[in-house]
Amino acid sequence: MTAATATPDKTTEIRMKYGSMSNDRKWALRWSYFFLVLFAIFFLTPPIYMLITSLKTSQEISAITNPWWVFNPTLDNYRELLTSNSYLTFFLNSSIVTISVVIITMLISVPAAFALSRMRFWGSTVLGMGVFLTYLIPETLLFIPLFKMMAVFNEWTGIALINRWWVLLILYPTLTVPFTTWIMIGYFASIPKELDEAALIDGATWLQTLTKIFIPVALPGLIAAMIFTFTVSWAQFLYPLAFTTSESQLVLPVGIITTLIKGDVFNWGQIMTGALLGAAPPLIIYAFLMDYYIAGLTAGATKG
Amino acid sequence: MVDATMKSDVAAMRADKRGSLQRTFQRKSTIAFLMTLPLILLIATLVLYPAFYAVHLAMLNKTMERFVGLSNFTFLFKRETFWMVVMQSCIFAITAVFFKAIIGFIVAHLVHNIPDKGQRKWRGMLLVPWVIPPAMSTLAWLWLFDPSYSAFNWILESIGLSGVPWLGDVYWARFCVILVNVWIGAPFFMIMYLAALKSVPDQLYEAAKIDGANWWQTMRFVTIPMMRNIIMITALFSTIVTFANFDIVRVLTRGDPLDQTHVFATWAFRLGIEGGDIPLGASISLFMVPILTVGAIFILRDIVKRGNEA
Repeated sequence: MTAATATPDKTTEIRMKYGSMSNDRKWALRWSYFFLVLFAIFFLTPPIYMLITSLKTSQEISAITNPWWVFNPTLDNYRELLTSNSYLTFFLNSSIVTISVVIITMLISVPAAFALSRMRFWGSTVLGMGVFLTYLIPETLLFIPLFKMMAVFNEWTGIALINRWWVLLILYPTLTVPFTTWIMIGYFASIPKELDEAALIDGATWLQTLTKIFIPVALPGLIAAMIFTFTVSWAQFLYPLAFTTSESQLVLPVGIITTLIKGDVFNWGQIMTGALLGAAPPLIIYAFLMDYYIAGLTAGATKG
Repeated sequence: MVDATMKSDVAAMRADKRGSLQRTFQRKSTIAFLMTLPLILLIATLVLYPAFYAVHLAMLNKTMERFVGLSNFTFLFKRETFWMVVMQSCIFAITAVFFKAIIGFIVAHLVHNIPDKGQRKWRGMLLVPWVIPPAMSTLAWLWLFDPSYSAFNWILESIGLSGVPWLGDVYWARFCVILVNVWIGAPFFMIMYLAALKSVPDQLYEAAKIDGANWWQTMRFVTIPMMRNIIMITALFSTIVTFANFDIVRVLTRGDPLDQTHVFATWAFRLGIEGGDIPLGASISLFMVPILTVGAIFILRDIVKRGNEA
């Protein structure tokens, strides 16, 4: 009797509890979306404002109208920049430097990572650690002694390195190689030993093991490392600012800042267009290869 | 009899094998060394050598003809700007890393809360500031902070408030440099924390729920302990990078107003490259070393520890 009366009470209670829980959940979700929208606005305002400004004429930019709206959209800024020789030169320089640095970095770091992860030799663990530590030495510590080294090198050999775009091919690998080597060591170490032992038993040389087994198997890691290298070299600002000055030798970020800003005169329409076009290659790569990009980002701390 | 011959055969094979093993080992190590040689050369000539060369340079006079010992350093110690730069670098790094970590933590939880389907889209959108080259996105901020056409001031003025001298006033300028740094760096924290959150096993949350843990207790006793490693290492990495930051301050304020927003890197560039006093610039940048070393030691310890666990 008492049991019979108690049961319906209990079930309604449970149902109410569940109901309130899913209600809670619904509200938590709503609040999550609300705050996500707020953060998205914070994170996306500058790039969107770049786009807005890049579509304006200089009259509209200096008018006292709502700056967040384009009243007379125009592509003049894009047309002007894409036909101006200096901007195209910066873009070309940036592309050549970045692609070469990606190739150089891979040629140095992939064999090194393979040797360090598979072919234990005297000092290999210490070297692995050392590689990681050099990644922690920032470029802001090295640019002054490097600058002086290049000047001394010029005195000794007569080869001018400063103010030549290809000096960046020597400098950028110091930023990219330690990290790519480090994450490639992690990727290579995760490949099962049986795989390369089988290859060695079948009579493959070390080089064949690397090119036929390790590179294909660790391809996702390789792509992540290449994307990392690309982004770092494309975005690097300090080295080109310190080491190159002539307009024909500049790469994008420095080129935009030194040529489009003349004295106190800012041509904001063109600056924003230039910056947006300059940000496009990494953004496009990111849009298509987001998972590799994120794998490369998180590899540094989660691997190893 | 048969046994004996077999045994000797095996022994001979073993000896043979050991000999060839030794030979391959020797060959292997030479190959390995050759494979790492470019890396070793690169690090030795372009990272380690300049790092020590910086110490040598810091002890020369301005024309780099005379050895002056520590007088560059004593000269710096007497300058007020130097102490301002020390303080500003520390405030800049600590505040920026703190807010990056907090915002990253919150946003990671928000993204983790929503259904799996939408997470990819939101994550992709929120990482955009990290993908744009910092020099370029800082230009957008520079334009947003423009003294006469600031789009932020337009909003403030249209709701009846007065405009803010974003980069004209020392304290506002310092705030702006930190804000831009947080804007660029917070998405990185978000990605790292999100990866850490995903790695916490669901069973732990279920167990916590069965034990009747509330939201705060779950956070305090499950989530944070499980994420602690990633939280620490991300913060350390970021401290090193932020402390050595150059792009943002250089593009946004160039150290102005009145050199009050300089950090080590930008001040070293101003004096060393633009001012032509390479030894002084080198001595300024060397002041980054102690903090970098502390960070590096902690990170290394963590890596060695995890290496031992694995």
